[in-house]
Amino acid sequence: MELLIPVIKISVVLGVLLGVVAYTVLVERRVAAAIQNRVGPNRVGWNGLLQPLADVIKLVMKEDIVPKQANRFIHDLAPMISMAIALITFAVIPFGDSITLFGQAIKLQIASVNIGILYILAMTSLGVYGITLSGWSSNSKYSLLGGLRSSAQMLSYELAMGLSVIGVVMIAGSLELDKIVQTQHGWMWNILLQPVGFVTFVVASFAETNRHPFDLPEAEPELVGGYHTEYSGLKFGLFFLAEYTNMVTSSAVITTLFLGGWQIPYIGLAGLPAFWVSILQVLAFCVKVYLLVLFFIIIRWTIPRFRYDQLMNLGWKVMLPLSVLNLLVTGLVILYL
Amino acid sequence: MSLFDIAFYFFALITVASAALVVFSRNIIYSAFALLFTFFGVAGLYALLGADFVAVAQLLIYVGGILVLLLFGVMLTTKLVSVDMKTGTLQALPATLLFAAVAGALSGVYIITDWNVLAGAPDAATTAVTIGDMFLTTWLLPFEIASVVLLVALVGAAMIARRDARSKPTQQAAL
Amino acid sequence: MLEQYIPIGFMFIVAIIFGIVMSKLSEWLGPKNPNDVKLSTYESGMEPVLSARERVSVKYYMVAMLFILFDIEVVFLYPWAVNFRSLGLFGFVEMLVFTVVLMLGYIYLLKKGALKWQ
Repeated sequence: MELLIPVIKISVVLGVLLGVVAYTVLVERRVAAAIQNRVGPNRVGWNGLLQPLADVIKLVMKEDIVPKQANRFIHDLAPMISMAIALITFAVIPFGDSITLFGQAIKLQIASVNIGILYILAMTSLGVYGITLSGWSSNSKYSLLGGLRSSAQMLSYELAMGLSVIGVVMIAGSLELDKIVQTQHGWMWNILLQPVGFVTFVVASFAETNRHPFDLPEAEPELVGGYHTEYSGLKFGLFFLAEYTNMVTSSAVITTLFLGGWQIPYIGLAGLPAFWVSILQVLAFCVKVYLLVLFFIIIRWTIPRFRYDQLMNLGWKVMLPLSVLNLLVTGLVILYL
Repeated sequence: MSLFDIAFYFFALITVASAALVVFSRNIIYSAFALLFTFFGVAGLYALLGADFVAVAQLLIYVGGILVLLLFGVMLTTKLVSVDMKTGTLQALPATLLFAAVAGALSGVYIITDWNVLAGAPDAATTAVTIGDMFLTTWLLPFEIASVVLLVALVGAAMIARRDARSKPTQQAAL
Repeated sequence: MLEQYIPIGFMFIVAIIFGIVMSKLSEWLGPKNPNDVKLSTYESGMEPVLSARERVSVKYYMVAMLFILFDIEVVFLYPWAVNFRSLGLFGFVEMLVFTVVLMLGYIYLLKKGALKWQ
């Protein structure tokens, strides 16, 4: 029984996560189409709702090609690493307060660990491996350049990311994600208390997920497909899925750290039964996360890509000093206000 | 065997096996890659011992930083990849002496130390808090010295960069 | 306190199995008719010239090196941030010294052009 609850939680979360990810691909294509005055995929199922399924079946039925020059073992391993790490990160995110079902209080979080936020940062830093190894093992110039660019980019922005989180930790006084959410009750969302930290964190998240305008690793005009040029079939699909999973996960992290997580301001005043409050909070969490995902998507189709030197300059010369400064200001404000 | 024991042997096996691979592999890329699992296993062991902050720091710094540096170093050096590493014995005498010294020192420490055996797992709910407290009170001087050490390393890195800029004035455009 | 890691362990196992199954799926189900041209490295339709594993700019190595140094600083900052309220002004000044020393190094790097990406 004790092990049953986590197993159920994991299956539900992974199921919902993968479902959302599959449909985010469709949403992105539809939004892109709308922005470019096209229709987008609308033939498979009602309004294209079965498109994700069709895509997966297509990818499964493709021939799996491993170039002769490639290092087969690492070439196989890289997409698995990317995907597995993208999924694992979600384990510590609180998607709701506790809920009472069948007389048992269930915490709506897969694992509540003491060092939650550091766990997320550590997993983010592991994300470098899938991309670097795929780039190197393919033994193609495009892949290698994509992989290298990507790892240098992720390393650079990880610093700004780590530093902007520290401001949040100072306010909450804890590394636990559920505590961080609990301190953001009422109007005290961290986006209001930490505006600079919020901006640096969001920018760093874009860079960490290799999303536009930081998608240099797969800049089509120069690098064909970047690090996944030499992948086909579901292995390519895994990189694709990992990118979208990372996008959803980082939206969830941003929500948790800065947008109050599952909190709905002043819900207590409405006098609803506890069960419905919990349900509403989970819904609020999902809505916040998805709005951020839409933000990620809309950004991709509205602004141009950085040049690589601009990207590195932004990371090292703007983001890094800005987040250190933010830290000092936060310290002074907490001390004297 | 409890779940704890299973987890311990699992992580210990990963650590030892991959460490052996690091040493015995003839392909330096595989060596570097196996090191990933060694670090990971060690992080798992730390977590099992209740030192969760150290475990995550291990992941963040060793896996996320140092190993990436190693991989860069290995991958970016053409000659290294195709070369078969010598894993035979070179300089047996100094190696034996060194081994004896290190092993002796370690077992000496192991025997001398008055191990503080706890009945159960320590309550590590607040390892980060304790570590921070210790850093900023009892161990303040080493903590501040750490910043100076990091500074020295930064200056060293700057020196490498500068020499690179001078010797290769026409460096390739941004890749 | 170790119980909290059990679900993470589960999650690891599930994620790894998912990754393995997914990446093998098209190997099992897809068609297999390889030929020399298909298996050659992609280079815009040209014959591949040399190996891709050529020497690359040392800049990437520099980035990784600087990352480690600053990452250590960041890791040091976390235990401090958790205790920030209880340590008060004293803790703040201590951390200020720590950060300022490192920022001196950062300024030196800037001045020496180590962060310049050509």
